[in-house]
Amino acid sequence: MSTGFATFTEEHEAFRRTVRQFVERELKPHATAWEEAEAFPRALFGRAAELGLFGLKYEEKYGGTNAGFFFEAVAIEELSKCGSGGVAAGLVGQATIATGPIHLFGTDVQKQKFLTRAIKGEWVGAFGVTEAGAGSDVAGLRTHARREGDGWVLNGSKTYITNGVRADYVIVAAKTDPTRGHKGLSMFLVEKGTPGFIVSKQLKKVGWRASDTAELTFEDCRLPADALLGDEGNGFAQIMGNFQWERLSLALGAIGSAEEILEVAIAFTKGREAFGQSIAKFQVTKHKLADMATELEAARQLTYHALRLHAAGEWALGQTAMAKKYATEMCCKLADMSLQLHGGAGYMMEYDIQRHWRDARLGPIGGGTSEIMNEIIAKQLGL
Amino acid sequence: MPLKILVTAKRVEDYESKIKVNPQGTGIVAEGLKYKINPFDEIGVEEALRLVAKHGGEVVVVSVGTKDVHEQLRHALAMGATRAVWVNHTGPMDQLGVAACLQKIVEKEKPDLCILGKQAIDDEQSQVGSYLSEWLGWSQATFASKEESLESDAEKSKTPAIKLAADGKSITVVREVDGGLQTIESPLPCVATTELRLNQPRYASLPGIMKAKSKPIEEHTPAALGVDMTPKLTVTRMAHPPARKAGIKVPDVAALVEKLKTEAKAI
Repeated sequence: MSTGFATFTEEHEAFRRTVRQFVERELKPHATAWEEAEAFPRALFGRAAELGLFGLKYEEKYGGTNAGFFFEAVAIEELSKCGSGGVAAGLVGQATIATGPIHLFGTDVQKQKFLTRAIKGEWVGAFGVTEAGAGSDVAGLRTHARREGDGWVLNGSKTYITNGVRADYVIVAAKTDPTRGHKGLSMFLVEKGTPGFIVSKQLKKVGWRASDTAELTFEDCRLPADALLGDEGNGFAQIMGNFQWERLSLALGAIGSAEEILEVAIAFTKGREAFGQSIAKFQVTKHKLADMATELEAARQLTYHALRLHAAGEWALGQTAMAKKYATEMCCKLADMSLQLHGGAGYMMEYDIQRHWRDARLGPIGGGTSEIMNEIIAKQLGL
Repeated sequence: MPLKILVTAKRVEDYESKIKVNPQGTGIVAEGLKYKINPFDEIGVEEALRLVAKHGGEVVVVSVGTKDVHEQLRHALAMGATRAVWVNHTGPMDQLGVAACLQKIVEKEKPDLCILGKQAIDDEQSQVGSYLSEWLGWSQATFASKEESLESDAEKSKTPAIKLAADGKSITVVREVDGGLQTIESPLPCVATTELRLNQPRYASLPGIMKAKSKPIEEHTPAALGVDMTPKLTVTRMAHPPARKAGIKVPDVAALVEKLKTEAKAI
C-alpha cells in the first residue's frame, strides 16, 4: 500500500475477499434460520477448513499455512459479519481457543492427533476453563485431576463452553495440586466418548444462539498419561497465554460486527422516510452515524495496535485488555445506537439489528469481563 | 492432449454496491463503488482450470483497462490461472475495442480455446465473445451450461462440463436454450461463452493468493496492438427503472375480476 501505514497488505485484502465471498455465499443466507434453530450444520467446519480458516497460525506439517496473525485477523473480522454471532463464535473458537494451546504446548504426537484433525475440520474442539463458581479467578477452579497408575482421574464440571456439545475433544483446566492455588493447575485433552465425560446440557442464551454452548461434567473420568497438555502445574500460564489471542480475537470480531452494524444503520436510515424525506438526511441522524463511525475507527486503531504488538511477539497485556474492553463496548454502543435509529422496527424480531444488539452484548463479558480487563489495566498502572 | 485456454477477467461493479445514475443521466456514479471480476468470467476461469486439471495445459487470463484490473487478474491467478495479460487502457471503450484487443492477444497466444463470460454484469452487451469468434473465423459455443445441477456429484468432483474429444480436436458443449438444453460439438479452436449454471467457481485459496503474487502479468497497449479504442457506441441516456407503485387491496374475488377486466385488461 502506498502510505506505508496500512495494517494489511494486498494479499491480506485478497484473502479478505475470499472469506467475504464464503460468508456472503454460504453463511449469511442461512443466519436467520440457524439462529432460530439454535444450531448450525457441523459440515460448516469442513467448509471453513477447506478455505484454510483453522490453520492460519499453524505449521504446514499439521495442515496449517503458517500465514500468521494478520491473516487470521482478516478471517475473524469477515466471519464476524456473517449476521450470526453464534456461527462466528463456533468457527473462530475452533481457530483460536480450541487449537491455540495445542499448538503452543502440545507434543508432536498430540499435535498430529488433535491439531491436524481440527485444522481439517474433522474434529471440533472446545476449551474449558470456566465453572459455575469461577472463571477469570482461575485459582478458584474446583475441577481436579488426581494421578492414578499411569494416568489421571478427572472430576468436576465446566460451563459456558463454546462448541462443547459436539466437541470431539475438550481442553480442560483442572487442579492437579489443590494446595498450590493457580500454580497447581494443569491442562488436559479429553476426548469425546471417554467414560465419565458427560455433556450435561446445551445452554439457552440471550445472543450467539446458533453456537452450541455446553455444560460439561466429568465423573471419575479416566485419562491416559498423554492426555496432559504441557507440563504439570503449567495450566495457569497456558490459560493466560491463550487469553491474549482470545481477547484480541474478540476485539477483532467486535470491529467486524460493528462495521456490519454501521452499514445496516446507514442502509436503514437511507431507506426510511419520515416527515417527507429519508431520515438519513436529518442532521441528527447524520451526526449520530458520524459518531458511530468515529467510535468504530478509534476502536479499530487501538485493536490494530495491540494486534501489531502481539504479532511482533510482544506480551502486550495492557493494550490487549484495553482493545478487548474498548472494542466490545463500542460494538454494544453501536448496536444500541443503530437499533434506536431503526425506531419501532429495531424492536422487531424480523429486523436483523435486534440480533446484532443481542450478539454484541456477549463481547464485554466473554473472554474476561470489562471489569477483569480493568483489573489488568490497573495493574499495569502499578495499582 | 494439453490445452491452452484463454479466459477473460473484466472488472465490473460489485452487484452488492448500490448503483446510482449520475445527475446528467450519462452514466453511473463511480464514487463509493466496489468492484469485482465479472461473475460470468469467473465461471469461465473455473471451467478452464477444471479442463487443464484434467487434460494438462495452461490458462492465460486477459483483461483490458487501467492498472485497477490487476486486482481481477490477480484474483484469476489466485484461483489458479497460469499467467496474465493486461491491455493497458485508460478512458472509454466499447465491446468492439475490447474484442479487437482480445483478437490480437489470441493471435499472439494461439490458444486452443477461449472461454469468456456470456455477458458482463455491468453493461450486459453480450457481444465480445461473438465478435471475437467472427473476427478469428472460429466457431462459437455460446451459453455453455451443464446437464447436471450445481448440487450434483459431477459438480462436487469439479468435473469439467465442456468435454474434450479423445483426439483433442473438438469439444462438446451443452448449451442453455429457451426451454431446454442443446448439445453441440465444435472443432477447436473455438470461442465458448459461459452461462450461470456451468459451474460454481472455487474460492481463491490462501496458498493460491500467495502464489499469484509471483505470477507474471504481461503488459500490452491497444496502440502497440494496433487497435483503435475510440468507442463507436455512445450512451445517450441512462435512467433507473421507474419505481414500483404501491398496490391496492381488493375486498373480494368479484372486485378482483372486475379490475382485471376493466383496469388491467388482462382478461
